[in-house]
Amino acid sequence: MADDITFSPSRRLVLQVLGLGAAGFAVGCSPAVHASGGPDDLLQLNPFVKVGADNTVTVILKHIEFGQGVSTGLSTIVAEEMDADWSQIRFEHSPANNALYGNTAFGGMMGTGGSTAIFDSWERMRLAGAGARAMLVAAAAEKWKVDPATIKISRGKLSAGSKSATFGELAEAAAKIPAPDPASLKLKDPSQFVLIGKEKAPDTVFERADTPMKIDGSAKYAMDYQPEGMLVALIARSPRFGGKVASFDDAAAKAVSGVTDVVQIANGVAVVATNFWAAKKGRDALKVTWDDSAAEKRSSDQMLKDYKAELSGKGSAKRHVIRNEGAGAKALAGSGKRIEADFDFPYLAHAPMEPLNCIVEYKPGESCRITSGSQMPTGDQATAAMILGLDPSKVTVDTRIAGGSFGRRATPDADLVTEAAQIAKAIGGRAPVHLMWTREDDIRTGKYRPMAVHRMAGRVAGDAVEAWSDDTAIQSIMEGTPFLPPGVIDESAVEGGFDIPYAIPNIEVSARFVKSPVSVLWWRSVGHTHTAYAKEHFLDQLAREAGQDPYELRKSLLSGDPRLLGVLNLVAEKAGWSQPLAPAPDGSKRGRGIAAHKSFNSYVAEVAEVSVKSDGSFSVDRVVCAVDCGVAINPDVIRAQMEGGIGYGLSAALGEAVTLKDGAPVQTNFYDYQVLRMAQMPKVEVYIVPSSEAPTGVGEPGVPPVGPAVANALMAATGKTFNTLPIGAKV
Amino acid sequence: MKITINGQEKDLEVEQDRPMLWVLREELGLTGTKFGCGVAACGACTVLVDGVPTRTCITPASALEGKTVVTIEGLDTATGKAVQAAWKEMDVVQCGWCQSGQILTATALLESTPNPSEDEITNGMTANICRCATYHRIRGAVARASELLEG
Repeated sequence: MADDITFSPSRRLVLQVLGLGAAGFAVGCSPAVHASGGPDDLLQLNPFVKVGADNTVTVILKHIEFGQGVSTGLSTIVAEEMDADWSQIRFEHSPANNALYGNTAFGGMMGTGGSTAIFDSWERMRLAGAGARAMLVAAAAEKWKVDPATIKISRGKLSAGSKSATFGELAEAAAKIPAPDPASLKLKDPSQFVLIGKEKAPDTVFERADTPMKIDGSAKYAMDYQPEGMLVALIARSPRFGGKVASFDDAAAKAVSGVTDVVQIANGVAVVATNFWAAKKGRDALKVTWDDSAAEKRSSDQMLKDYKAELSGKGSAKRHVIRNEGAGAKALAGSGKRIEADFDFPYLAHAPMEPLNCIVEYKPGESCRITSGSQMPTGDQATAAMILGLDPSKVTVDTRIAGGSFGRRATPDADLVTEAAQIAKAIGGRAPVHLMWTREDDIRTGKYRPMAVHRMAGRVAGDAVEAWSDDTAIQSIMEGTPFLPPGVIDESAVEGGFDIPYAIPNIEVSARFVKSPVSVLWWRSVGHTHTAYAKEHFLDQLAREAGQDPYELRKSLLSGDPRLLGVLNLVAEKAGWSQPLAPAPDGSKRGRGIAAHKSFNSYVAEVAEVSVKSDGSFSVDRVVCAVDCGVAINPDVIRAQMEGGIGYGLSAALGEAVTLKDGAPVQTNFYDYQVLRMAQMPKVEVYIVPSSEAPTGVGEPGVPPVGPAVANALMAATGKTFNTLPIGAKV
Repeated sequence: MKITINGQEKDLEVEQDRPMLWVLREELGLTGTKFGCGVAACGACTVLVDGVPTRTCITPASALEGKTVVTIEGLDTATGKAVQAAWKEMDVVQCGWCQSGQILTATALLESTPNPSEDEITNGMTANICRCATYHRIRGAVARASELLEG
């Protein structure tokens, strides 16, 4: 029996805590309205679809596009049910509005995260497309005086007999048609799909919706928004986590040409200037004395010792048993051999390529406009309203595409907007404020993937794994936020570990939550970043002891999980697992490793091949990936997310770490925070399991298996284990 | 100072030490050139200066007096167009933030090495970080652009 624990599902935010009330989702049933503004006189048919007189169809995204391909995915679903031609499709982000654009997986709050966008949008976007289609058909029927049933639509053209019209020609009439009852809408049978599941082909002119704007420099991210009179702000924050401003001397900062203001805010001292360079020079010249009385002062080595002391029962953190099956950890004693290993994981920075930034245009007593690439626009809206003393309805949010995020722009404390709004308030709303973070701010000021230690233990008897224990010491991501009610365990710390799918007779999984002022946050695939690594690399260590082939062992333990078994078998087949690896021409040792992991309701298995030179340097040559994410809406976007997820996971496995010295981060920028570069990128092959299950996410699930697949491959090549991350450049 | 940017001669008044990146973005509104690291470690701010890929985040604008600068907005050579066409064909982009720098770096690579080997592509491109790890497709797209230029 496990403790009497309630889980707080990872990134499924608790509605009641936020006081949002139940969100009534409107799909195709709100009155048609003229969209305000815009050069094309777009007519809004429902909350998700606008049609222009210029024959464009604009899909309103309730999720932010930050590279994961959601602008393509959501647009594909709408275009499919609407029978629009792909060339007509445009996209824009929705305004901040929980009632219209809330995420059911976030308890009704708007949000992008947890690979939920497609999962949460599938039905709603289909209905939105079908509803818009029905309105266009009704408008044509009225105009042509024909039975709506005789009207056909193909690639954005309506026709009946000799009559035909484009969407644009009918937009105005369609916008006056009452929106249909969603229950009356008939969705397509999958056999009728012309866009969903289809590959890019010359005759469909199908491509990523955001490709053209990102290859010619025309895409406008938040950082590219530069309203007239804008001031740029940089903040001097405490070098140590938890430090506070004791005093500051701004004389030298104010002497820098272009610096207009130096103001203290909750989180530090902001230097405001007419341009970035002046703000940076001003901040460099600012002298701040910090009060470190409540700050983290330990170094990473000491913290690691403390985590291990917790796991040995010498600390103060309570041990929460989350899963206890069979005899649990007691079964570690018994016949055969007991194996133990500590897996050590460092803090990781997200380091999205577009440094964090947002713009606040504040008119005291009147309004505020936020321009940002945020994953939680309504949280930002509420935060700005509170800080600026405005009604939330007076705060508008212009969500822009973001230059990556990986979780960093989903902040329960609305960190960017908080800082920017405090600065805007401090300067009396005199000018638009563009808060900028430098790369150093990004690497050194936290919201890291938590540092963690997994203490793994297992018992092998003969060729069987008899017992499994996984005890984790980690900081909670959700504790202290409004998203984790008191008395509830943060599932994100153990997801993918407590629900280990292998049929082992005795299993015990537990967690201990340690404290530190270091700020932590969900990092692409969240708890799975460490649970999958510990689970899959440790399983290979047990397989070795049991004399079992790693693939065959997994296969034998996964009979109860057909979809995970499906991707495991597919990847083994495509990687040629049963064939020996080709020897390296230079005599390097070669190795192959396999790992399988379910996360965010998608199933992924990966095989990695490595070559290890005699000096210990190595390369990851090839990664083969099999994914089952239900209906594959855009196969090429899925492949792209698997390729990118593999690169992101490999980056963490090979080189990424933020370490602390006396409480301050050692790393500062890309020259010492080592992220993956092209020379380290393997060849990647992705295979998608055909499926008619409801679609699930692909942004994160490609990440977890790659680290352990590489570690297992290195173990196969060298006989060594790799229980401390990052692995580094040599083995 | 006089400088030619995307074919237009400009007469700019800028502080000696202000990096070209910020002059392009804040004074000229050429926001396709991106800020990524500020220390020439990632390549997001790359433009072509007299055809040579240059990191503008550490290059003072004053150092470019009399030079010819091409940013992503002004890329109109046959090689540049082929690189963009290959990027489009292979849907290389994800978040897109690094891609201006990648495309300009690839363009310069193909100007000097029209038929690069896989190793030459990797060596030519590996200094440009893509956090979305579109590397796999960039490698393919550079090779494809080379094919397009030959054909």
